[in-house]
Amino acid sequence: MNENVMMAARMSKTGAWLHYFANPGRFLRFARPALPWAAAISIALTVAGIVWGYAFAPADWQQGDAARIMYVHVPAAWVAMSGYAMLAGVSFFSIVWRHPLANLAAEEVGPVGAGFTFVCLVSGALWGKPMWGAYWVWDARLTSVLVLFFLYLGHIALIRAFDNPAHGHRAAAILAMVGAINLPIIVFSVQWWNTLHQGNTISFTGGSKIYITMLYPLLISTLGFYLSFLTLVCARMCAAIMERRTRTLLVAAAERES
Amino acid sequence: MRGAKKRRLYLVLAIGLCLSAAVGLSLAAFSSTLTFFLSPRAVLAKHPAPGMNFRLGGIVQVGTVKTVINAGTPTTSFRVTDGQASVPVVYTGLLPDLFREGQGIVAIGAMNASGQFAADEVLAKHGSTYMPKDVEESLKNAGKWNPAFGPAPAADTWNTMKVKGSGS
Repeated sequence: MNENVMMAARMSKTGAWLHYFANPGRFLRFARPALPWAAAISIALTVAGIVWGYAFAPADWQQGDAARIMYVHVPAAWVAMSGYAMLAGVSFFSIVWRHPLANLAAEEVGPVGAGFTFVCLVSGALWGKPMWGAYWVWDARLTSVLVLFFLYLGHIALIRAFDNPAHGHRAAAILAMVGAINLPIIVFSVQWWNTLHQGNTISFTGGSKIYITMLYPLLISTLGFYLSFLTLVCARMCAAIMERRTRTLLVAAAERES
Repeated sequence: MRGAKKRRLYLVLAIGLCLSAAVGLSLAAFSSTLTFFLSPRAVLAKHPAPGMNFRLGGIVQVGTVKTVINAGTPTTSFRVTDGQASVPVVYTGLLPDLFREGQGIVAIGAMNASGQFAADEVLAKHGSTYMPKDVEESLKNAGKWNPAFGPAPAADTWNTMKVKGSGS
């Protein structure tokens, strides 16, 4: 029986395909050749979306050119939230099935997600000053996104805080999953409470309230931001696996010498 | 699935369910205090004591804005409405660019002795509708939408509308 048949037989078992790909070595073999392509496509899409939005899309009827901040702010906010959902997802796999790749992903999603949340907060403040008249207000939307940022920072610190990495993974996974309750609060904050932040422009259920020539650059920029996020996370995971291998080799070499 | 994994799975799901229920119930209980601003109707119902700071939010009532410039500083008085009640507001200082009749605003301040809301700060609240100026103007000219009197009509009536000069 050749390897392919054996693999197919293993994958036919429920959930086995998950275990097949949840192997750091196999992840490395798939991810590393794809990384340069993914990086090139994400940069191209992000640049195209932002240049289109800032130079070619029409100015808004009420906010004028200031509305162009949305081509950075909105994708960053979406990625910040999706990144946290991903963090909660891999934490679930980490705590139930103790997948080594899930632990690795949990370690590497945090800093990237925190970075996108920071971009969202800063671009939002720069948008708020000329339009609302204030960099920051304590309304439900802004406060819940600030909480998301602190959850990311707490997770980054907690997962690295133990001498035994397994303890860190378990504690941080619990934090990530508990914090996921903040995601629906962010999404619905503008509907549940009176906020200074405006409501949703784009919704999956109803019609969007944005003109088509402004929607296209926004969608392209969003795609670019999502791909950039995934590329950064995969690159960090590959680097972490390589780092771990290098350390193992160095330890082995030191032991041989002594 | 082995026993330990199954147990962990059910444990995580059960804890998640309990936690969501707890957070959901507390948010429902806190919903009125988490509100960023009070509407004019809530202000008339609650009668906040003069001098007590709060935020007032609503629409600048059309035809009520009066500005008096005193020694270079403008003092603006207007009424903020939510369609059912309205509260007089007086503010000294420069208003944000988006301030105009029919615009949503949030004012921070307190009621004064004469029953007016004396604002220390006025923030403009803008809608979530994005369109080029030409589209807004042709909607207005066609009588389909006037921004001073409410939100824009359903987007599928205008978001692909062909307008001269906006075909970028």
